[in-house]
Amino acid sequence: MSVAVDLSHYAKPERDGALAVDLAVDGISCGACIGRIENAVKVLPGVIEARLNYTNRRLHVAWTEGALVPARILDALAEHGYRGHPFVPLRAEQEEAAQARKLTRCMAVAGFAAMNVMLLSVSVWSGNVTDITPETRDFFHWASALIALPAAAYAGRPFFASAWRELRAGALNMDVPISLGVILALGMSLVETAHHAQHAYFDSAIMLLFFLLVGRTLDHAMRRKTRAVASNLAALRAETANRFHGDEIVAVPVAVVKAGDRLLICPGERVPADGIVQSGRSEIDESLITGETMLRQIAPGATVYAGSLNSSGTLTLAATAAGDGSVLDEIEKLLDKAVSAKSKVMRLADRATRVYAPVVHASALLTTVGWLVAGASVHDAIVTAIAVLIITCPCALALAIPAVQVVASGALFKANVILASGDALERLADADTIIFDKTGTLTLPEPHVANAAEVDPALLQLAARLALSSRHPLARALAREAKRRVPFEHAVEEPGRGVRATIDGTEARLGSAEFCGVAASDKQAGSQIYFSHAGGCAIIHIDQVLRPDAIETVEALRALGLDLQILSGDRVQAVQPVADTLGIRQWAGGLTPTEKIAIVEMLKREGRRVLMVGDGLNDAPSLAAAHVSLSPISAADVTQAQADAVFLGDRFSPVLIAIVTARRARLLMRQNLWLAAIYNFIAVPFAVAGFVTPLIAALAMSGSSLMVTVNALRARA
Amino acid sequence: MNVLIYLVPLALGLGLIGLFAFLWALRRGQYTDLDGAAYRILSDDDV
Repeated sequence: MSVAVDLSHYAKPERDGALAVDLAVDGISCGACIGRIENAVKVLPGVIEARLNYTNRRLHVAWTEGALVPARILDALAEHGYRGHPFVPLRAEQEEAAQARKLTRCMAVAGFAAMNVMLLSVSVWSGNVTDITPETRDFFHWASALIALPAAAYAGRPFFASAWRELRAGALNMDVPISLGVILALGMSLVETAHHAQHAYFDSAIMLLFFLLVGRTLDHAMRRKTRAVASNLAALRAETANRFHGDEIVAVPVAVVKAGDRLLICPGERVPADGIVQSGRSEIDESLITGETMLRQIAPGATVYAGSLNSSGTLTLAATAAGDGSVLDEIEKLLDKAVSAKSKVMRLADRATRVYAPVVHASALLTTVGWLVAGASVHDAIVTAIAVLIITCPCALALAIPAVQVVASGALFKANVILASGDALERLADADTIIFDKTGTLTLPEPHVANAAEVDPALLQLAARLALSSRHPLARALAREAKRRVPFEHAVEEPGRGVRATIDGTEARLGSAEFCGVAASDKQAGSQIYFSHAGGCAIIHIDQVLRPDAIETVEALRALGLDLQILSGDRVQAVQPVADTLGIRQWAGGLTPTEKIAIVEMLKREGRRVLMVGDGLNDAPSLAAAHVSLSPISAADVTQAQADAVFLGDRFSPVLIAIVTARRARLLMRQNLWLAAIYNFIAVPFAVAGFVTPLIAALAMSGSSLMVTVNALRARA
Repeated sequence: MNVLIYLVPLALGLGLIGLFAFLWALRRGQYTDLDGAAYRILSDDDV
């Protein structure tokens, strides 16, 4: 049944009494779609503006209030073969967008200042070895100060704010030495300029800010790109609930369903909200909740959970408040505990800062003392010490890790892995044990025909085409096998029994054994669907099947030296064949979420770094407890929120690619940190000895930054 | 070298014009859909 979707919940007021809505659009394949989509919507009466953002696949539509029923927009898109989904930008995404704009503005200002100051500095440097007059040099220095000081005050804010925050919390991050270096360099240059000195370091300070801002802006842009895709996918997944308004049924977004609402759930639909069944009988598939693949019988009074798949009958549901059920309650409690117990992993960059900052600051102090002892003036001693700070200013060090992160997360994005947290790469690289969930993780999220090879291909094709006429989940699984996706005409569905149609003059039946007049199978695992036509009959097993490349991927993971285990909430009989096929010796079935998390905790106590790969609601606590976690895009919402990375598609190889890329990225990050350290080892003695001029500082800084950036590009392979 | 007195500010002024043009473009959302712009130029029904 199709019910108009009520978009009014998503419409926001715009200027001049107009309303607007943002839609995530599915099905965009090429640039020509831009015009097609915009024109399809623009011709609707009342539409003021329709603009598609091709980069993030979102359509912004504005219309005069009252002149258009917004559901017509979705219809117009559907007529042209696109699916539109109302979209509410997540708060985190909006904040990130604001942050990105701020960073870009800072980068622009720093870039402008760096170029102009460099223009003046190069003139001074070449003048210093030829015939520049002291007056001209002073003029150039003052002009540099005039550009650099306001620019640094503006563009340095992200660093100064972060450094101040950390210092007040009694901690140290990379922004502390950066801010210190910039402020000291500018201050010293100002004093030197006032004293008509030969050297000023305005260019070094502002160039440092520019390089770092370029790195951060790129890092941010990459994260925004992946996040936009992730939230589009969330919008595409967001389902609507059929809510009763009196006797009428209106499709409303799941987000607006309240406790006490009455909902209608048709066969083949997912349950949109937790609730108690008021009327109707059915069987539901709760594999997304518990991992159990056996269908559960549902009668009035039973509790059902959001995410379960309704199979045969129509149900009326009274929605209850979220977390009102026993399973969810238990999971929520476990989840809270796991999240609070999660130890904070020290990131590579923070570890580097912890070594770097004291060493550099101590050597600057020693330089001052050393020169004073050696009989230099206070002024000279301090100037040399500040030169040490400038030359060691952690430009390369601060770029070493973000540069790799940008390149590696871009490579993963292309391989269908979306990173959710910034330090996920480092933790993925640490993993030495992988725990898989079975249902929906090792197996495909939807059931498939398990015995396609044993059934007569001609019969299977007929059965699959007949299945196109039914909404029953088993029939849908079978219909996926149909090569010619044309339903038979005059197919009749008999609710609860099956479908029948006349093919080539004889009646074909698809459904229960009794309906088809076939002897029932005694097979226990999975579900059976029967087909009979012109004397021939087939028993088709519908079951969870492994992802197409699961076997190769698991073998490759084992070859990497990872310890593999399966922990499933499904029955032991269902887990064993999967474990045997994949050759995984350590496995357990019939586990509750509490037992799963206990095993993860036990492995952690043994000192293992556990990567948990799971999709079910029952996996959410273990995902949160594990060192790092992955989940397929089909996972339950609560579960996906816990995962450090999400992978798309039916294939299992993204898990392997994620680990290989992460390990490579960690290697490159370490290399980069070493490169930066070696650079400092070479540069510091020069600075301590007082040989560093602004020209040398500029060359050294640009050189080392380029080196780590070029090295980071290797993370793409 | 008196020419520098007005050449340097002139150069800075030109640079500032560029900077403000960039910031203006940024605020007007010129950088929100980089991929789409490449295709829009090819369609002639878009006025």
